[in-house]
Amino acid sequence: MNDLAQYVMSSLALGGLYALMALGLAIVYGILNLINFAYGELIMVTGYTLFLLGGLGLPWLLSAALAVLSAVITALLMERVAFRPVRNTSQTTMLITSFAISMLLQNGARLLISPRAQAVPMPGLFTQNVFIGDLRVKMIDLITIAVSLLLLALMNVFLRRTLLGVTLRAAAQDFTMTRLVGIRADAVIAAAFGISGLIAGIVALFWIGKSSLVEPTVGLQPVLIAFIASVVGGLDNLKGVVAGAYLLSFMTVGLQTVLPQVLLDYRQAVMFIIVIMILIWRPRGLLTPRAGGAL
Amino acid sequence: MSGSALRAFLRRYMPLFLCIGLLVVTALLPQWFGGRVFERVVTLALISVVLTVGLHWFSGNSGLMSFGHVAFMAMGAYATIWFSLSPAQKAVTLPDMPKDWLLYQIHLPFVGALLAAAALVAVVGAAIGGALIRLRGAAFTIATFAVLLVTHTVALHARQLTRGARTVIGVPPYTTLWVALAAAVVVVIGAYLYKESGLGLQVRATREDETAAAAIGINVNWVRWTAWVPSVAVTALAGGLWAHFITTFSPLAFFLERAFLVIAMLVIGGAESVTGAVVGALGVAMVSEVVRSIENWIAMQSTIAWLPDQAVGLTEAAVALAMILVLIARPRGVTGGSEWPAVPPPAGQAPPHHGR
Repeated sequence: MNDLAQYVMSSLALGGLYALMALGLAIVYGILNLINFAYGELIMVTGYTLFLLGGLGLPWLLSAALAVLSAVITALLMERVAFRPVRNTSQTTMLITSFAISMLLQNGARLLISPRAQAVPMPGLFTQNVFIGDLRVKMIDLITIAVSLLLLALMNVFLRRTLLGVTLRAAAQDFTMTRLVGIRADAVIAAAFGISGLIAGIVALFWIGKSSLVEPTVGLQPVLIAFIASVVGGLDNLKGVVAGAYLLSFMTVGLQTVLPQVLLDYRQAVMFIIVIMILIWRPRGLLTPRAGGAL
Repeated sequence: MSGSALRAFLRRYMPLFLCIGLLVVTALLPQWFGGRVFERVVTLALISVVLTVGLHWFSGNSGLMSFGHVAFMAMGAYATIWFSLSPAQKAVTLPDMPKDWLLYQIHLPFVGALLAAAALVAVVGAAIGGALIRLRGAAFTIATFAVLLVTHTVALHARQLTRGARTVIGVPPYTTLWVALAAAVVVVIGAYLYKESGLGLQVRATREDETAAAAIGINVNWVRWTAWVPSVAVTALAGGLWAHFITTFSPLAFFLERAFLVIAMLVIGGAESVTGAVVGALGVAMVSEVVRSIENWIAMQSTIAWLPDQAVGLTEAAVALAMILVLIARPRGVTGGSEWPAVPPPAGQAPPHHGR
């Protein structure tokens, strides 16, 4: 019983992070049809900002807010400097551009800071444990669950109830039509990137909080996870993406405890074979109803 | 051959002759300007030409970018050493391979091993391609990226075949400058002839307008697949050449950075032409070696205060920046995606209509 509760807790915490990661990726995809490879580098930028601010003696929450802000600014810059000029070429060109941005930022960090992992200051709260009954729970897991649920709920309200949110959803459904009714394309796309950066920044605090380390490749794992979850959930179905992320986290934690080490080594390979099969046979994801209107 | 037929022949194949000329002149540079280091740089650049032309063969003609070709490079590298090493050498280089495997006993001469490996990888790639070829746009690219991740994971853990995450050592340095040159020339000829053939024209038609191509009776998936298989084989060949040049490597050599570098070479040069692939590969390989030596020079200077201690990542960052600039300013690469000089359309046909 205790094991099961532990399993559910870890899965929920991980799932919350995965869901946010996937949501940040899917919001941009919905509008630009771009899978932004450089999304992981937003997490990296947050980590390095936190590392650089570490010596200033600011309160942690203030440096965390500044770090998240740096991710938002990076996302907006990416859009303005690199994606906007290639927006009207092809989906493939944009994908290649995002790969190049990812490499530029990663190697920029390697060059300007260090190729080695750096320690990032994290609040002591993150490493504490609390007892719920006789169940020992990591504080960071509890905070992660709370923050991710709150943020997902806020995103839900934002996308449904606010003008900008509705505009974003409209643009995701039919970009041309949205522009025809007078919405400025540049503004919508910039907003999508800004939100993507905001989510990445907040995710980064907890993702990096697990190890308190930041390195140039820290963004790779999150972007791969976001990408699997989005493909499983169906890239243009935000609810499906979130559900896909939770499914993935329960699978990841579950497989970790069930599979023998030999098979565990190949877990990533199995996951990506599944991704390929979904792309071929169910390109709209497993969690999107098949008969969802005309294809 | 009459005068006008000769002229038509020359005009049709002039870009090919110029590409071969460029490769030969590049290969001769170390003879004239000397230096073992320079010879290494040029050999690597020629192997990059094989790799980049391999990617062009599919991605340039079909317009679908593959992020997964480095997976076939990895397969080619490991398959080549399975075939080229004697059982005694395998005991050192691949110590985890069981002695009772048939593969352990196989020992082919270098060229035989290269070709056998390319053929083996082509068969594997043909099956993978058969499944992926129906995908379009970003979905295709993402699926090929997944192929790279699967291959990388398997290479890291299949100790019997690859020594796992550990570095393979003691691969004999069979790939000389001349071997690399010969491979590059053969591959460039193959890619050019394919591109200019009827089949190549059909694949390029599917790139320009898939619906129209299908409407005039082109079997889109089939013609793209005929570009995919040789593309995979050439990439595997490049892997084998590279393995026998660099002599020590691990699966980490065939991951995102290499994938990025190859795509950068192709995109900077211009994916749609063989000239673009050759120019991009030679150019990026040479320039990045210069930047790499600056990087090493910075790492060695300890007396100049304003310099950083090291400059790891300078080369990759420079290539990435160059690529972004090219994508913004000239999205079809420095050659603009055409051969140099531009190939005239065959007699009796209307000139291609560039309606983009």
